[in-house]
Amino acid sequence: MNIMRLHGIHVPHRKNTAEMAPVWIPVPETVTIPMSMHIGKPASVAVKRGDEVKVGQLIAEQDGFISSPIHSSVSGTVQKIDDIIISTGSAVPAVTIKTDGLQTPFEELAPPYVSDFDSFVKAVKKSGVVGLGGAGFPTFVKLGVDDLSKIEAVIINAAECEPYITSDTRTMLDKSEYIFKGIGALKKYLGAKRFIIGIENNKQAAIKRMKELSEQTDGVEVHVLPAIYPQGGEKVLVYNTTKKIIPKGGLPLDVGVIVINVTTLAFIAEYLETGMPLVEKCITVDGSAVKEPKNVIAPIGTSIEDLLDGAGGTKGEPAKVIYGGPMMGIAVPSLDTPVLKMTNAIIAMNEKDAVPPKTTQCIGCGMCINHCPLRLDPRAISLAYKTDDPEQLRALNVDLCMECGCCSYVCPAKRPLIQTNKLAKAKLRDYLSKNKEAK
Amino acid sequence: MKLISSVSPHIYNKNSTQRIMLDVVLALVPAAIASVIIFGFRALLVIGVCVAVCVLSEWLFEKACKKENTISDLSAVVTGMLLAFNLPVSIPLWQAAFGSIVAIVVVKQLFGGIGQNFANPAITARIIMMTAFSGTMTTWTFPDAVSSATPLSLISKGETSALPSYFNMFLGWRGGCLGETCVLALLIGGAYLLIRRVISWHTPAAFIGTVAIMSLICGKDVLYQLMGGGLIIGAFFMATDYSSTPPTKLGKIIFGIGCGLITVLIRFWGNFPEGVSFSILLMNILTPYISKLTRHKPLTGGAGK
Repeated sequence: MNIMRLHGIHVPHRKNTAEMAPVWIPVPETVTIPMSMHIGKPASVAVKRGDEVKVGQLIAEQDGFISSPIHSSVSGTVQKIDDIIISTGSAVPAVTIKTDGLQTPFEELAPPYVSDFDSFVKAVKKSGVVGLGGAGFPTFVKLGVDDLSKIEAVIINAAECEPYITSDTRTMLDKSEYIFKGIGALKKYLGAKRFIIGIENNKQAAIKRMKELSEQTDGVEVHVLPAIYPQGGEKVLVYNTTKKIIPKGGLPLDVGVIVINVTTLAFIAEYLETGMPLVEKCITVDGSAVKEPKNVIAPIGTSIEDLLDGAGGTKGEPAKVIYGGPMMGIAVPSLDTPVLKMTNAIIAMNEKDAVPPKTTQCIGCGMCINHCPLRLDPRAISLAYKTDDPEQLRALNVDLCMECGCCSYVCPAKRPLIQTNKLAKAKLRDYLSKNKEAK
Repeated sequence: MKLISSVSPHIYNKNSTQRIMLDVVLALVPAAIASVIIFGFRALLVIGVCVAVCVLSEWLFEKACKKENTISDLSAVVTGMLLAFNLPVSIPLWQAAFGSIVAIVVVKQLFGGIGQNFANPAITARIIMMTAFSGTMTTWTFPDAVSSATPLSLISKGETSALPSYFNMFLGWRGGCLGETCVLALLIGGAYLLIRRVISWHTPAAFIGTVAIMSLICGKDVLYQLMGGGLIIGAFFMATDYSSTPPTKLGKIIFGIGCGLITVLIRFWGNFPEGVSFSILLMNILTPYISKLTRHKPLTGGAGK
């Protein structure tokens, strides 16, 4: 039994929108749907220019095992199929659809026929769902467990530890019955018996609702966790709910658990009932440049500009816009960037918040070391990176880093530790693959 | 319109190097006030000279090396105050200035400036001064201008009848370096640093605890051992220096115990009546090894190296 307590940090909560049920934004004139909204191979486009599409209609097929199909989020006409630059900096094909504003559902949609494990996983695959907590890993791959007896527990990640974001909170309040229907489906088709819903203690309304419903369901525990970031990090959540350590490079299943985001689970249950694939997202729109912080529902592919306008506009031009929360989110290159499947928040910052603070020399205070949840040594990693020492990077386990941001957040010298860790991880990857080739 | 693009995280806490150093300066203020009350205004003069020369030599060195100027981070102020606190009040001012230059230029800047020095600048400078100016560095002038020995040198000579009372020891009414004597003021400053989380309790607790236990075992008067010499200032302000001490809790405890053991070795069996400075410097030298040995074990779940 591990008794060690993992480190973490207190971040400002800023859950300004927790009590705001999401509202629909006006249907944008166009949506641009990239073919890569998941971990794995991009989907292959299945429509051509001029095609009429409706909401929920397949526009791109899954390509390869780790991939996901993509569906139209609007009704309208395919305007163009062109490469766009996504936030990772790479170019991927994207389908731009001119909307007709009617949002007519695709008539062939029907609830999937599910009778057993295989048909369940197939349905999840067809729904186009990916990890909605932000990772975007195709959910059917995760649920397609080869040996169901390995599953000791399913951990439902409802920690939502990033500042600002409340879209999972809204799922727990607005779609709570779907969460429990999802639990029912996992019981039935995966044979899972034990479910742990992990929620940070700054979401009292959601905790209450989940506790009420869990009392009526066998095998469901609500695990209230202290609001210490990064409580929702997979390794951290698994450790804090089960005291098990996922081995480096391994999967939660290696320690007998499956971790699924609460909104992903609710979506699966909703899909089983309606047959409507993943085409829209509840997104928290907040940040210092946002006029009225709120939760909105937007079609996937909506540009950030349309999303911000639809949510009530910004106070002047935003200086930085982030996909996701401020701790791990990615700064987007332009407001044309579309909303993706796993986008759960758009944070727009004014200039004062957007400019990163000035970096000064490391004073060796050890704050980074004493706040890393995975017990890494960011100071030593920086040194090994600068001195070009990949063997040392391997010894320091830099590839374990989940880039949660705690080290950078607490650094008094405001050193870009996460940036260095990312570069160091890439350096180690290069080194290891070259080593492999040499052998 | 161009959006700012930077790597996550996009928010930071409000802490900064300057804020940390300001906290240390604030924590040293009670002891500075006490030194003026106990030793007179010359104490303030010595502190002023040390701080001014430290800041000036940092500025000049960085100017000469075309390095970015860092005097605004206040670390040179801290070094100046700590060095002054480790000098007798009667020290000639040119010697205090010399020590300040040694601390900043030789011990700190030549090794790369803030965060890069392997030894504590104030302590190393003090030890160099003790060797260079052994006469003036061990002349303990008391407020009434009468030379008097420090409690620890009285103990080491066996003249225990001349020792000040516990109460006077606690208030700092005794011979010694100008900032080390007032235990009350130093504890207030130490508590402030603990509350502000600038330092953690591990080093001072291990350091002071080791000296206390060893004194007890060796049959010495524990309270004189704790309140005499530079133990309290050393444990809270010098052995907690970031760059020259280990970063992890376990490392800090080992560092503190090591300091405590070396201190009592020197005090009880060495030639000097006091050993805090040497103990910290010696442990500074061991710090890279302690840091390496006490590095946190990453959460790899048994996989990887």
